[in-house]
Amino acid sequence: MKIGCAIIGSGNIGSDLMYKLKRSEFLEPVWMVGIDPDSDGLARAKEEGLKCTHEGVDGLIAGMEEGEIRIAFDATSAYVHAENNRKLQEKGVVVIDLTPAAIGPFCVPPVNLKDHIGKGETNVNMVTCGGQATIPMVYAVSSIQEVKYAEIIATASSDSAGPGTRKNIDEFTQTTSNAVANVGNADEGKAIIILNPAEPPIMMRDTVHCLTVETPDEAAITQSVLEMEKEVQKYVPGYRIKNGPVFDGKRVSIFLEVEGRGDYLSKHAGNLDIMTAAGARTAEMFAEQMLAEESSKPHAANH
Amino acid sequence: MSVKGVKIKLHDNALRDGMHTVRHQFTIDEMVRLAKALDDARVDLIEVTHGDGLGGASVNYGFPAHSDEEYLQAVVPKMKHAKISALLLPGIGTVRHLEMAHNCGIHTIRVATHCTEADVSEQHISYARKIGLDTVGFLMMAHMAAPEKLLEQAKLMVSYGANCVYATDSAGYLLPDGVRERIACLREGLPDDIEIGFHGHHNLAMGVANSVAAVEAGARRIDGSVAGLGAGAGNTPLEVFAAVCERMGIETGVVLDKIVDAAEDVALPMMESPTRIDRDSLILGYAGVYSSFLLHAKRAEAKHGVTAREILVELGKRKTVGGQEDMIEDVALDILRKKKELKEIA
Repeated sequence: MKIGCAIIGSGNIGSDLMYKLKRSEFLEPVWMVGIDPDSDGLARAKEEGLKCTHEGVDGLIAGMEEGEIRIAFDATSAYVHAENNRKLQEKGVVVIDLTPAAIGPFCVPPVNLKDHIGKGETNVNMVTCGGQATIPMVYAVSSIQEVKYAEIIATASSDSAGPGTRKNIDEFTQTTSNAVANVGNADEGKAIIILNPAEPPIMMRDTVHCLTVETPDEAAITQSVLEMEKEVQKYVPGYRIKNGPVFDGKRVSIFLEVEGRGDYLSKHAGNLDIMTAAGARTAEMFAEQMLAEESSKPHAANH
Repeated sequence: MSVKGVKIKLHDNALRDGMHTVRHQFTIDEMVRLAKALDDARVDLIEVTHGDGLGGASVNYGFPAHSDEEYLQAVVPKMKHAKISALLLPGIGTVRHLEMAHNCGIHTIRVATHCTEADVSEQHISYARKIGLDTVGFLMMAHMAAPEKLLEQAKLMVSYGANCVYATDSAGYLLPDGVRERIACLREGLPDDIEIGFHGHHNLAMGVANSVAAVEAGARRIDGSVAGLGAGAGNTPLEVFAAVCERMGIETGVVLDKIVDAAEDVALPMMESPTRIDRDSLILGYAGVYSSFLLHAKRAEAKHGVTAREILVELGKRKTVGGQEDMIEDVALDILRKKKELKEIA
């Protein structure tokens, strides 16, 4: 048995997510929710056998059967997320937030996915693409020794940054900065985003700079960072350290590249892929928990 | 066309672009002293910010000696004639930084994006316009976009609320013809009440000639830095341009004697090393690379033993844009690895 899912937002992220969910052992994409009846995303979802509505979350709630949807992914924008979330929560749906709205707690799978288990959380936020790519590395350093300042620079190809990101670029920088500090476990965080229009498009790349309080333990940090690379590769196979860690006084720098799986998006758009992959992985964790609870219920009734 | 009698505004960038040359370490006293000298010379606009704009304080670009707020609070009240501007790059600075600068009393905000990415400036331009600032769109690395593309992007900035748009030659790559066709295209395509500006770098010694071409094509705001104090081989040396304007009958309102003295007596002693066209800054202009990469590349050369020139040429090949300073060490390490591999094969 699988847990039924709805994808809110039929754009690039939503479409990519659909293909990832179709591969999942625990998740079943059932509904695709858009706002434009003529959108390519809805047409594609229909072809893949999903139920579709172009009337937003209201259309989903009106159309879905009781218990059909247990998890929803919101891939719309920070500005409409609060309202989408409220409507879905009323129906008891767990919401995975892929916008930078950050109503719920931040989730960066290799760092804190386990912390979200069994807490009865109903909304978790996936930070931003830059956050998903870099926070694991900040955490890999901060788990060895205190980081007083962490800074990340995320560079994406222009064609992979949609109108929502561009219109609200401050939400990206602010949400990422907060998560770099709070999830990465640094005293202070800063995030910078850059879009590069080169043709052919550049691969998504990220730089992580950590300033440690004491002189960095080079061997321990290097080992921790390499282990973290493997952890992220479990769900984003094209994630790799290109250069580093470089040590310069109390600065530790790591240069990363993220190649996507190319499920729907181009491979160079690793920034989008890492978001959908992290969202899917988080949802699987919730789904496993739901399935475990259900299988234990009849068992408990037997006693 | 004759430019005799044309009135233009000069905008000095030494206290912002010049910050790159001193790793953002100007003292408050230096900032105030130079700003007062420029004010006294009747320069209309003076930019005061971290070299990479509001919020630029970072490992990537360098931590400044003082915060943007401290610099602005020190300089703004001292001005009698000049207005103070600040620079903001969306993706680095945010509307919160803009609010802070507004509270410090800036008159002008310049919102800078790569020349093809104007749509990331909507939040900042529309907010600046709402609070009544002189709002400028600043299209960087303008050599990387054809005139029509630049116009399309300028129109976006105008639609968000910009009352002035710049073609910004961040790499000092453009030659006068390239400046002329870009400025002329903007002038023809934008409403008459939208001002056009030009920002030059002197990497190929074209700063003054390019600025003259810009005025001839319709630009009415021209950037420069006194004594050229700016990234790369510096900006258009403002005192030189002011002298050329005087000869051509272009009215800048600047007192030539005073700006020449400000360059010699105040700006020059503030330089850590001479701002000149050396072998590396020349390559910036030649290869079309963002001028503020220069000192970062020289530092990478010192640390990793790969020449700044090799690094800059590679950055040009990879079509890097403004703000990608983090690529410099990455590219240096790539080159180093490639060299090692070649050695092993040999």
